[in-house]
Amino acid sequence: MGEEVKLFRGWSSPYALRIVWALKLKGVQYETIYEEVSNKSRALIEYNPIHKKVPVLVHNGKPIAESLVILEYVDEIWKQPPLLPQDPHRRAMDRFWAKFGDEKVLPSIWEAFKKQGKEQEEALSIAMENLKFLEEELKGKKLFGGEEIGLVDIALGWLANLVSVFEEIIGLQLMPEEKFPHLFAWMQVFADIPVIKESWPPRDKMVAKFQALREVHLSKEAQND
Amino acid sequence: MGEVKVIGSTRSLFCTRIEWALKLKGVEYEYIEEDIRNKSPTLLKHNPIHKKVPVLLHDGESIAESLVILEYIDEVWTQNPLLPQDPYQRTISRFWAKFSDEKVLLGSFDACKAQGEEKQKAIDTAQESLAFIEKEIEGKKYFGGESIGYLDLAIGWIPLWIAVMEEVGEMKLLEAEKFPFLHKWSQIFMDLPPVKECLPAREALLEYFHASINYLRSLEANKQ
Repeated sequence: MGEEVKLFRGWSSPYALRIVWALKLKGVQYETIYEEVSNKSRALIEYNPIHKKVPVLVHNGKPIAESLVILEYVDEIWKQPPLLPQDPHRRAMDRFWAKFGDEKVLPSIWEAFKKQGKEQEEALSIAMENLKFLEEELKGKKLFGGEEIGLVDIALGWLANLVSVFEEIIGLQLMPEEKFPHLFAWMQVFADIPVIKESWPPRDKMVAKFQALREVHLSKEAQND
Repeated sequence: MGEVKVIGSTRSLFCTRIEWALKLKGVEYEYIEEDIRNKSPTLLKHNPIHKKVPVLLHDGESIAESLVILEYIDEVWTQNPLLPQDPYQRTISRFWAKFSDEKVLLGSFDACKAQGEEKQKAIDTAQESLAFIEKEIEGKKYFGGESIGYLDLAIGWIPLWIAVMEEVGEMKLLEAEKFPFLHKWSQIFMDLPPVKECLPAREALLEYFHASINYLRSLEANKQ
């Protein structure tokens, strides 16, 4: 068929990992091009002139940007196994949760990570409120997708990696097991899926990178006072 | 096919796009007007997470988030399809709808709210985003091609709401010389009867935006 699939990605980005997981789960052969944020290739800028960001999927020369948009495309082109259910209402709910993850959960956890003192406490409490909604959603389910991994698992899968990295750096619990038993169990199940397990970026590099990022943010805050 | 209700506010562009979709597909629905400054138990029950309009109620199920609702409507009522058939074209539509909500809308609102030194910069940023949309409509009658589609509905807030933001924000954003194709599309789009039917009155929108902008500006002034 002459399928050409390329993925432009950063080594640590949770957004790029989603696409890696989806392609691997569906057995799609693809080429990876790693991009450095500080030194973007001409190809990347040509394929994503609007945001100039990764990930970008290029399928037979046609570029697609924005990870959740890419995921839906991947699911429509390579149908097995399906990430979205057939039923329109369940599809709508999956899209809703994926959006909630990106628009509320991720930013609130990021805030809690990069702040300190009282601001961190407040940010943490918002993050936990958001996590509570996810906890509720998981009740009675092994994965967000039910018995099989689905769009929402992939969209939220970054939790299974980044949360423990962040917790190690800030020395605080973002997602204590007693408060979030279902989310905790889900993270174990998710992280154990072979395709997921084999794709994590190296943990020591992650810790070093995010430690450095936190220090940059804290020193910027100090300068603003 | 089941009872359809929309919990919305006529001032909210996110709600108008839902009504457009339902009207274009000839779906009967009941509209429940919500006072967003005094949220009803019904809204809080059906959208406990965001507590926002619009919410679509269909057959006892509730769906929130306007772009998610648009896709749901398109999947349940398949007449007059909104999204293109081709997967790549569908992807492009989704990309631009997201861009419109995240960059164009927020950028326009920020430009409206900005004052003093920051104003011109905010206008420039908003116009940069609009320039991408201008390119997308160039050479096409609708964003959906020959007929109105999902992306027209997602971007359909522009003609009326940007005009309102220009007046309230005392600025020019969607200048005809800079954005001739968007202007042409606006005229065609705004002339369609189902579109016209669902638009709020300009005066009501102006009042609402004046109040919102003044409130936000006073919050910022108090922070300093």
